[in-house]
This record gives sequence, C-alpha cells and structure tokens, in this order.
Amino acid sequence: MVKAPDPMSGQSVERTIAVLTVVGLAAGLYSAFVYAPADAVQGEVQRLMYLHVPLILISYLAFFVVFVASLLYLWRRQSWYDAVAHSSAEIGVLFTALSIAIGSIWGRPTWGAWWTWDARLTTTAILLLVFLGYLMLRTLVDDPSRGATFCAVLGILGFLDIPIIHMSVVWWRTLHQPASMLRPGPSAVAPDMQVALYANLVAFGLLYAYLLIKRLQIEGAREELLRLQMELLG
Amino acid sequence: MTKKTKLLLGGGLIVAALAYLINSGIREAAVYYITPSELKAKGGTVTDRSLRLGGMVVPGSLHWEPKTLKLTFRLTDGKEEVAVEHTGSPPDLFKEGAGAVVEGKCTADGPFQSSMIMAKHSEEYTPPKNGEGSAQHIHQTVAKPQLTP
Repeated sequence: MVKAPDPMSGQSVERTIAVLTVVGLAAGLYSAFVYAPADAVQGEVQRLMYLHVPLILISYLAFFVVFVASLLYLWRRQSWYDAVAHSSAEIGVLFTALSIAIGSIWGRPTWGAWWTWDARLTTTAILLLVFLGYLMLRTLVDDPSRGATFCAVLGILGFLDIPIIHMSVVWWRTLHQPASMLRPGPSAVAPDMQVALYANLVAFGLLYAYLLIKRLQIEGAREELLRLQMELLG
Repeated sequence: MTKKTKLLLGGGLIVAALAYLINSGIREAAVYYITPSELKAKGGTVTDRSLRLGGMVVPGSLHWEPKTLKLTFRLTDGKEEVAVEHTGSPPDLFKEGAGAVVEGKCTADGPFQSSMIMAKHSEEYTPPKNGEGSAQHIHQTVAKPQLTP
C-alpha cells in the first residue's frame, strides 16, 4: 500500500522543490554557459561536461535509491518500497540515456568518434540495458508481487555495475579519460568550472527529487484507483 | 501481435544484447588497445584482423600532405615506436605529444595502416592561461588541420 502523504505539507514541499529546481536549472545554465570559462584544450565544446557529468552522477544516485529500496522491499515486503524503486529506475534510465547521448555529441569533436567500445562506454551501455530490462520485466510478470520481487533482485544486481563503471577507467585501458572529481587527490577541474559542475549537480538532483515525487503520486493514484475498483466490483 | 508478445520480443532483444555485450564486449573492451611494445612483441605477425594501437604521438614525427590528405606519425609508449599512416583529417584534439588511439591493420614491412584516429584527452580542465589564445580555433581545423606549428 502506498502511503498517502499529508496533502498540505506534501504540497508545500513539492512546490518548494519545484521552485528550487527551476531556479537551480537556470543558475546551472548560467554558470555553464556564462560563468565558467571555456577549456584551454577543448574550447567551448567542453561545456557539455556540465550536463554530461551531473546527469550520470544523478543517475547513479537514482540507481542507488533503486538498490536501497529493493533491499527494503525484499526485507519488509511493503509495496511502497517497490514503487520508489520503480519510479527511481525510470528517472535513472532517462538520465543515463541523456548522459550517453550528450557524451556522444561531446565525443565526436574531441575524440573523433560518436561511440567506441571501450570499457567505460561498454559498462555504461550495460547499465542502461539492465535497467531498460528492469522496466520491461515489471510489465511482463502478471502477478504484481512476484514481478516486484524479480525486479528487486534485478535492481540490486544492476546497481553493482556502477562501481565497475567507476573503476573501468582504472582497471582497463580506455579512450574515456579517468575521473576528474571523484578521485584521490585534488580535483583536476579549475575552481570556476567546479562551481558550474556543482551548480548543475544540485539542479539535476532537485529535478530528480521533483520527478520522483511526481512519479510516486502517479503510483499512489494508481493504487487508489485499483482500491476503488475493487470496492465497486465487490 | 499482442502486448505480451511485443514485450517478450523486446525483453528477449535486451537479454540477447546484454549477453553479447558481456561476452564479447567486455572481453574486447578489457584490451581496448595494445601498446607499441606489445605490437613489437607480437613479432610482426601480420593478420587481416584490424586492431587498435594506442600511445603518444611522438613530437616532431607528424607530417601532413595536404594534397593527398596523407598523415604520417609515430606512436610511442615510451619504449617502442610504431610508424602509422592515415588518410584523412584527424580529430581536433589530435596533436604531437598527446595521446591517440588508431584503428587499423599491420602491414608486412610498411607502417601501421590506420583507418580511424581517435584522440585521447586528459581529465584536466582549465581555462586558457593569460596571454594564450582561447581554444576556439581548434574547431576550425576540421576542414584544414594546421598540424605543423
């Protein structure tokens, strides 16, 4: 049963997050296109980083939420956890796909290739496919609670790809460069550029939170509809 | 076709793609490119299979023939050097002293015949230093690379 949130406080929280998201995305765009300087080596095209990196990092967050919610579902068997996992997975798939698309556009002028099968790109493609499969698996299994259990297992397994993606540039030879920020030692990104990265990271984090709330409301409405149907049909 | 069959088909496609990726993709991706030393160690075994060779473009080795679009350079890993020949213009970030990965075939005694050049860039991002021009010009080099400074 999806918990019905308190309508008043829920609405004001939602509105606050919506306003913050809009402000954050505007600030993110400004910092990416105006505030941050162009890169010395790559020029203006490097600004794609301010979308590419926050999108994939927030999708890691989204799949981490899938991971935790799936564990909780297997433990507690409450459908709310399953709803959170499913909603978060949908947003994660969207953000991963966008990040791959933007990375591809960035790769063409810099690397000279839209795509290449190096370890970083391959393991990221696997992540996208696993969670696309996750979304399909749910609609394939007729019994909702069995479907939720299968998905929980797949969600947990799928998340384990993320540490592999992160380490891929360390473990194997890749075309993709190593991590600029999530690495031991100081960041390899100039301070002004870091501001733009963090601004966009926060903005996309807020967008994720907002989308998740909206998605859970749909899930709640669906359960309510089901309950009413059951009541009417007896 | 019912919704269920469509979903099963789609799901089957995803599972097949995943199996393929994990089986061949990861294995290939694990050895994404070989180094000049590894190529030399193979002892000039010329095969029809194309492979990837990665290394740093040796400073001073880059030559560009504008009339024939012939690009020659040497790749090094610090120990061995391999001569590479390519036809066509390279990506913007391809330059001497920078990392590059080339796809192509080994020839019997001639240079490595590259069919594709990919430039590696570092994970460092900084604005241009004072006095240095911005990097805008590099996106005008696609049509006519200014490879020799």
